[in-house]
Amino acid sequence: MKMKTIKTCVTALISALLVFSPVAYADKWSDQFPHIKTTGDIPGECSYESMSKKDYSGKTLKINTHAVPVMGEPTALHAEQFAKLTGAKVDVTHTPAGDLYAKAMVPFQAGQAPYDIVFGFSNFINDWRRYLEPVPKKYVEMKQMQDVTPSHIGVASWDGVMYQFPVDGDRHYLKYRKDVIDNPEYQKKYKADTGKELRVPQTWKEYGEMAAYFNDWDWDGDGEKEYGSAEVMKKDDLMYAAFYSRSAAYSKNPKTPGGFFFDLETMTPLINNPGFVEALTDWVAATKYVPPGGINFGLGDEIGSFGGGQTLFSFSWDDAFVAAMQPDSPINNKVGAAQLPGAMKVWNRKSNSWDEGFNQAPFFVWGWAVGVAKKSKEKEMAFDYLCFFANEANHQADIGIGRFGVNPFRNDDFKAEVWTQIGWDKDIAESYVDTLAKMEESKNRVFPLRVPGTFEFNAALATAAAKALAGQLSPQAALDEAAKQWNDILNRVGKDNVRKAYSVGVAMEDNKL
Amino acid sequence: MNFKHKFVFLFPGLFVLIGILIFPIIFTIRLSLSGWNSYTPEMNFIGITNYIRLFTDDPRFWESFFRLSFLSVTTVILQYVIGFALALMVWREIKFKRFFRVIFLIPMMTTPVIMTVIWRTFFHESLGPVNDLLGNIGIKPILWLSDPVIAKFTVIIVEVWQWTPFMFLLLLAGLLSLPKEPFLAAAIDGASPFRKFVYVTFPLMAPISIGAIIIRLIEASKIMDTVFVLTSGGPGTATETSSFYIYIKGLREFQMGYAATLSFTYLVIMIISLTIIAKVLTKLMIKE
Repeated sequence: MKMKTIKTCVTALISALLVFSPVAYADKWSDQFPHIKTTGDIPGECSYESMSKKDYSGKTLKINTHAVPVMGEPTALHAEQFAKLTGAKVDVTHTPAGDLYAKAMVPFQAGQAPYDIVFGFSNFINDWRRYLEPVPKKYVEMKQMQDVTPSHIGVASWDGVMYQFPVDGDRHYLKYRKDVIDNPEYQKKYKADTGKELRVPQTWKEYGEMAAYFNDWDWDGDGEKEYGSAEVMKKDDLMYAAFYSRSAAYSKNPKTPGGFFFDLETMTPLINNPGFVEALTDWVAATKYVPPGGINFGLGDEIGSFGGGQTLFSFSWDDAFVAAMQPDSPINNKVGAAQLPGAMKVWNRKSNSWDEGFNQAPFFVWGWAVGVAKKSKEKEMAFDYLCFFANEANHQADIGIGRFGVNPFRNDDFKAEVWTQIGWDKDIAESYVDTLAKMEESKNRVFPLRVPGTFEFNAALATAAAKALAGQLSPQAALDEAAKQWNDILNRVGKDNVRKAYSVGVAMEDNKL
Repeated sequence: MNFKHKFVFLFPGLFVLIGILIFPIIFTIRLSLSGWNSYTPEMNFIGITNYIRLFTDDPRFWESFFRLSFLSVTTVILQYVIGFALALMVWREIKFKRFFRVIFLIPMMTTPVIMTVIWRTFFHESLGPVNDLLGNIGIKPILWLSDPVIAKFTVIIVEVWQWTPFMFLLLLAGLLSLPKEPFLAAAIDGASPFRKFVYVTFPLMAPISIGAIIIRLIEASKIMDTVFVLTSGGPGTATETSSFYIYIKGLREFQMGYAATLSFTYLVIMIISLTIIAKVLTKLMIKE
């Protein structure tokens, strides 16, 4: 009897160890690395457990990344963790966003590799790919990579070869103050004053009307004035991406495949067609309902403004939304997400006229991207670091921290539970993942321009749009100026070179890839 | 003395001069004749194509140059007037003279980029203290950084604040080195303080003033950090200066060849214009 009892106890103990071993395993690493305290380590090829078995003692990994906090902070954090786990020495250099391109490009062109890993934006891919090592097959085929959405695999790849290791997923979408838009009193008041419904704006015109209505008065009762919209309007600070977001609904016509930025056949720039002009006209009107100084808002200002409860609307990357949902945010659980507004007409470049009817086009804007230098002597360690950076435990912890700039790009991220477990209300989490998932499903998507000279094209457009916003030029004149410059750039780079590269993006937009 | 020995002593200086001045200029000229950019990363030869583009198809460079001329001339004039007034003030026997001298120099000792970040915070239209204070006395928010005209004056305010102490320092050193006899003679003649300034102090200070103005004009014409941090050349292109534009073309858009063309042209224009300005100032301020 005694023996039987002992046997039973031992069996129960072994069973318990087997059943609960993942939890114990997770605790082991989360005790050491509190960053992953919510999930613990999640088994995988690049988990904490797996990395701890690697030995890179005596080796140094050099990384050039963005300034702290956006992407710079997670890079440094994961570098420190990686160093502890593997014994490697990791040197992290932080560089302002505007200089990331040149800081990698100068040594690339000189045939040097001062950095093993370079962070940049996904639209650098065409210029950088000849200097980057393709992501090895073993990483591409890993379980953690299989969960990356096809859109983001496409963004990280060129002609089927992956050059950038997916660490971030980006798209522009609408963020709004749920406590205002869903407020029955405001709905009644708005209806009485304007004769229109207060709802999540379906079109950019509605967006403008609501933003103008809720501008320059204290609508949340905090004793401070609030404003209509926070947008990235500062030249050279990603503002061209905001303009493309506003233009997509007016210019991305599903009936006219073959290019959003250029007509792929003729390589004529389309950025001064009536669709883009309509968008810029809307945007110039928006200068009246942004906070004072809003015309100089960069991405950081936009995140701070909307995330701090200063405006009714905002649209750009996820960061402002995640910042608003941080536990210490004044508008925690008071925000909603929706797809970018659409338009009631879309320009048809074939018939040279407007097609009437609702049109909506998600913009899969470029985002953070990272690659390993072809000339690096520590490629294996570099890819292991990136794989560790994006492992499931790190990724789940990173996406919940607004300032990190790490946004969803895996199918698992589109589950509401991922977000409710970090404190989001269920309905907000559902609206958020639903918005992202619908963008993935859309067949009328716009992808970023990724051609030789991308920087020149975007800079020319940003300068022209900035002139219109500042009142220096009319929207039509500004975009005509930009189109002329695009033609000049095309002539310098070579139409065929640009066409060849652009056709890859067009194939993605036309759902052929 | 062996004639060749002289050259031996000249070599180190000559070598440094060639290394840090002549070679970069020659390299810039060669680069300006190439189409080096992100998609053609080589020192190819495209003749004067970049120069043709600059002189026939780049109004933005010329606009930025004229804007720079306005900003640098205005800031230097203001710095000279204020710097001279402050120097005169502490030149006299006043209480806490040493304290004031140190206080006036503080802006120059601070890091321009950090101070510009602080100024940007001050002038932030919705969150900054300046508009907040104005609001308390019933003045509507001023668009310090968002209005194309006001933004230029905001840049001027920051530049004048930062660099007036430099002018003050040079002019005070000049005042302290002036001979006493002309002032004694003027005092014996019963000249008023105004006449003393116009007929004694100012003429005696003319050579130093010209030097100070030229040094500041050279520095002001390179204005970059203030614009970069404060406005990024905006709104639109309202505060874009030549150096900022060259930076955009070279290090943002990676048009290295074209940026070299802009740099070399800018260098030539600056050498010519500063030589003319120095001559004109000498003629106006120094009477034989």
